[in-house]
Order: sequence, then structure tokens, then C-alpha cells
Amino acid sequence: MQNAVAAGTPSLETVTRLYHQLRLIRVLEEEVARVYPTDKIKSPVHLSIGQEFVSVGVCDVLQPRDHVSITYRGHAAYIAKGGDMAAMVAEMYGRKAGCAQGRGGSMHLVDSKAGVIGGSAVVGTSIPIAAGFALADRRKGTGGVVACFFGDGASEEGCLAETLNFAALQKLPVLFVCENNGYAIHEPRAKRWATDRLCERAATYGMPAHHVTSGDVFEVRARAEEAVRAMRGGGGPVFLEVDCYRWQEHVGPNQDYDQGYRSQAELIPWIEDDQVPRLARMLDASVVERIDAEVRLAVAAAFAFAEETPFPDPEDLYDHVYA
Amino acid sequence: MTTSTPEKGPNPGEGRLLRYVDALCEAFAQEMRRDESVFVFGLDVDDHKCIQGSTRGLLQEFGAERVFTTPLSEDAMTGVAIGAAMAGMRPVHTHIRMDFLLLCMNQLVNIAAKARYMYGGSVSVPLVVRSMIGKSWGQGAQHSQALHSMFMHVPGLKVVAPSNAHDVKGCMIAAIRDDNPVIFMEHRLLYPTEAYVPEAAYEVRPGKARVVAPGEDVTVVGISNMVVECLRARELLAEAGVSAEVIDPIWLAPLDIDTIVESARRTKRLVVADNGWTSCGASAEIVAQVLERAGDAGIAVKRIGFEPTTCPPSPVLEAKFYPNPGTVAATIHAMVRPKDAPWTPDPERTKLAYQTQFRGPF
Repeated sequence: MQNAVAAGTPSLETVTRLYHQLRLIRVLEEEVARVYPTDKIKSPVHLSIGQEFVSVGVCDVLQPRDHVSITYRGHAAYIAKGGDMAAMVAEMYGRKAGCAQGRGGSMHLVDSKAGVIGGSAVVGTSIPIAAGFALADRRKGTGGVVACFFGDGASEEGCLAETLNFAALQKLPVLFVCENNGYAIHEPRAKRWATDRLCERAATYGMPAHHVTSGDVFEVRARAEEAVRAMRGGGGPVFLEVDCYRWQEHVGPNQDYDQGYRSQAELIPWIEDDQVPRLARMLDASVVERIDAEVRLAVAAAFAFAEETPFPDPEDLYDHVYA
Repeated sequence: MTTSTPEKGPNPGEGRLLRYVDALCEAFAQEMRRDESVFVFGLDVDDHKCIQGSTRGLLQEFGAERVFTTPLSEDAMTGVAIGAAMAGMRPVHTHIRMDFLLLCMNQLVNIAAKARYMYGGSVSVPLVVRSMIGKSWGQGAQHSQALHSMFMHVPGLKVVAPSNAHDVKGCMIAAIRDDNPVIFMEHRLLYPTEAYVPEAAYEVRPGKARVVAPGEDVTVVGISNMVVECLRARELLAEAGVSAEVIDPIWLAPLDIDTIVESARRTKRLVVADNGWTSCGASAEIVAQVLERAGDAGIAVKRIGFEPTTCPPSPVLEAKFYPNPGTVAATIHAMVRPKDAPWTPDPERTKLAYQTQFRGPF
């Protein structure tokens, strides 16, 4: 573990809260994967299974006034920030009661009330949008911060470099969070990066940059907490690179280790260190049982809602082209 | 004669004679006083030249929080503007050439235009993107492009190209108050032109064209600076006995096609003179919409625009590249009087458009 920040001993409340969120997202996405072959979900899905700890660790230190900018692999951050789960599932089902009224799908989740800025399916495109929210927060004096999630692929887009420079120049309260899962679709990082010194690249723009390689949700949380505290004090942006691993295929419900572009051996250490059972082991069995039951009920309710709530009217096609 | 009466149209003599550039600047100042959420940013907006004077005095009055330059990062800065707009601000993002908007296309087309729709009506993007079209003095390939047709293609964007000082103020105020992204197209050669401009704030609202000058024989739609050139062509044609009605659409999206259709039905001839290329251009769109609406009304049509080449800087080539009052007048004459011998106005008299300050009437 490099640059480990002293996470201390997390309180029981913190462990309980984080476990609840991790379990909720895991069960939700497993249900998405289970339902997907039925073709009821009318949307390409990019599952976060295995990487939920990044969103959960970061969002745990955010407040309702804060925003998150999410990606097309955004289920975890959406839920971790408090996005409406039933509206999210309904959105994937293409229903009117979906969070985007059936106009967004899984790749464009949004929940303005919960502070979830809409996702983009064009990699990297939401990064400067996050900086725009931070600029507005500062002008309006809300004291809010923005956590901007993106992947290692997005780090290659020019707009990240442009945004890092602008955010540092303007001292904007943006926590840049690179979820580095090592693959852009099927292309490994080594075929895309001349060096892996991403944090050094970010730091030269003039902001603290930390690399979390441990896969530890508490370390992510501690780094985010430290960063958000500094940002609320006017400290400007912070960059966080978090190593993680995408367990499933790039898009869709399955695993794809049979396709030859990566080896299942890569997955094994991540499964062994899976944060969901790890945190469960830190709690009383009765607490885990209660949380698991709650989570199962909540997810089942969200899918039941999505199944029952109606599709939009065809004439709704023309709504919302203009405000 | 049919005249269009826009909601708060100009009355000659109302207000003061003001240059296009000063009318624009007045719009910013008035809107920034009225609404704290309005801010103006973009490369050079706060320097000593103030975007040819169009942002003069704003930094002094409103401070660096609301008037600031940016790094040369058009892509991300457009995203920042969109994010700020979604978060409740009203940014005016400034580009000194429209060519630079090509660096902003991903953000403008994939987010600004679509956010309202793709996020189910839960957000709006009250953003103004202003850019200037260059012409002459060897602006060349990449400082001369008018790319409005690309933006007209995309649902969710509004596009406006005011041709005079009155409209530039009213359109800018309307654009800033609009809850949608507006691509605001200025023309560099129009900056010194004067018109009567009311002092109080007013809007020239989207979706209403103006019949600038009445006529009987042909309907001529001019876009942006081509309105001025078409008015000059109209004067020359009048000497040859041809009566042209000139229409300024002002807003290209939403487009007031009804006013154009009404005129073209009457004159049976439609010429659209654009300051862009004709292929898949605004002129093609206007002609197609008029013919679709008018059915078999027997309307003859003609598009006039840039030659199908890149814009060259050499003055000899550049003169051939652009339409001008002479080529517009000659084209119209050939259309209206096909049996007459070809007629071309004295070239010396066609150069007047930008040498004489344009003072209306509208």
C-alpha cells in the first residue's frame, strides 16, 4: 500500500453504513444481471460489481448539498449519493417514472434532488460539467463540493487535462476520482499509457494527488474525507486515483474471462479482498442479517415498481426538447 | 405588401443611433445588472481590447468573478459553462471566431443540446455561446466560417444571427433570458454598423422573422450580414425595375418559416442568400421547408452562398469566394427576367455595403 493515509479504526456506525451501501449496490446489480437476459431492461448496462467500494467510500463523506458527477458505469455512485433506486430501475426498464422519464437509460442516470449530475455515454464528457457545478457552488456560496468520477480511459481525454488546469487555476472544490480498473473496454492500460504515473501528471497542475492501491474502502473514505475537508476550507481541487477491478464484461451481465483479453487470475486477489464480505465479517451476524434482509426487500421493491409502472405515452417523445 | 410585426420591433427614430458592438455591450451590462447569475467568460473578454469593445467596461463594473478569461481549453470550458448553467447560472461563453466552436462540438451537441431531454426535463441549460464570423482582411480558411447549419441540425439548440444593432441587443437579452442553449452568431463586419437602439432593455424573441423591405417580384432571405448585402442588391435591382422583398429570419432555430412562405407564395420566387456554404446549409433548409409547405404553388427557388471551396485569403480569390450585392442582384435579375439579356450592376456600386454605415430603415 502506497501513501496510505491513517484510516484509524472505523467506528461501528461507519462500518455499518458502508456495509449497507456496498451490499445494496451489489445486490441491486446482481439483480440487474439476473433480469437482463429476460430483455425487460431496455438499456445497455455497465455493471460496477467489484468496484462499488470507490463510490461508497467517497460518497460517505459527502452531504446533501454536494454533487457527484457519474459515468455511464454509474449505478454505484448514483446509489451511494442517495439517488432514488426505484426511479433508477424504472429508467432501465424505459418507464415514465424513470429518473429520466425513459429518455436516459442506464448510461444517463440523474437525480437532481440527490445531487447526482447526469451521466454521459461519451467518455470524459462529464468531467468539465462537474467543474461547472463547482464554479456555480462557489459563486452561490453554497459551500458544496463536487466529486467527479471517471475511469482510467477518460484520463486520456483532453478535457481531463483542460479541466484539471482550470480547476486548479480557479481553486474549484472538485474531488477528481479516477476509478482505475485497468481496462478501456477490452484494451489494457499498458497499450494506452506510456507511463502509469497518473497522479504525478495530475499533481503538476497544482493539486494534491493520491493513489489508493489497497482496494480498501476505509482508505478511500479517509482520503476523501481529508480532501473534502480541505476543499470546504477553500483549498481547491484534489485528485484521487483508486485502483479497482471490473469483475464483469464491459457491457452486459456476464463475465468474459473466456475471451482471452484478460486472465481470470487477475480477478482472484480482488475476490479474496472483496469489501462486501470483508465488512460483513466486521459486524455482528445479526446486524448483517438485518441489513441483508432490508437490502433484499428494497431491491425487490424497486424492481416490482419498475415492472408495474407504465411506459411513457408515444406522444411524450416530443417533450423536453426545449425548456 | 405584407409586413411582419415582431413583438417589440424597431421604430426608426426610437432610441439612439448605436453601433452593433456597443448595442451588444449594453445588452450584457443591462442583463448583468438585472440578474446576478449572468456571467461573461471566454478567452480575452477581460483584456484591454475587450473582444473588439463588446465587453468594454464589464470587468470594471462587475468584477473578475463575473467577467473572466479562460485557458485555451474550448472543449472543457464549454463543459464548465454547461455545468454552471445546469447548476442555475446563466453563462455567456465568448469565442472570437465561430471556427473555434468546432473544438466545442462534443459538449454542445452531446450535452448542451440533449441534457434537458436526456435527463427527463429535470435540468435546463440556460447558456449563450457567442461567436464572431470573420470576413475580409485575409481571414482565410479558419477565421471565416459560418457554421450555423451544423447547429440548426441538432434538436435542443437555438441559433440566432442578428444583422443589425437593434436586433443584436434584443436577441442577446432574449438569449440570456432563454432557458435553452443559444448559439449566438455575430458578424465582425457588422460591428461598426449603426441602427436606432432603445435604451431600455427589450427582447427580440426566438421564432419571429422580419420583413425588412417590401417587394413584389421576388422574396429574398438574407442571413446575418447577407441581410445588409441583400438590401443593397434590392436598391440596385430597383433601378433595373425589379422589386425584391427582403426578409431577415433573425432566429434560424426556431425558424419562422411562415413569414417566408407567405411572402414566397405571393412573389412566386425565393432566393436565400447565406453567409455559409449552400450544401446542407441554412439556405437548403429554408428552400426545402418553403417548398414542402407551399406544395405546388410554383415557386422558383435559388440558393446563394459561399463558393464550394475553402475561404482563401488572397483578395482576388476571396472576392470570387463570397457572394456580394452584385452577384445577388444579377442572380435575382436572371431569375425574374429570364428572357432579358443578363444584367450585372456596376461593380463599383456593389462595394458600398460596408463602406457606407448601415442605418436602416429596417
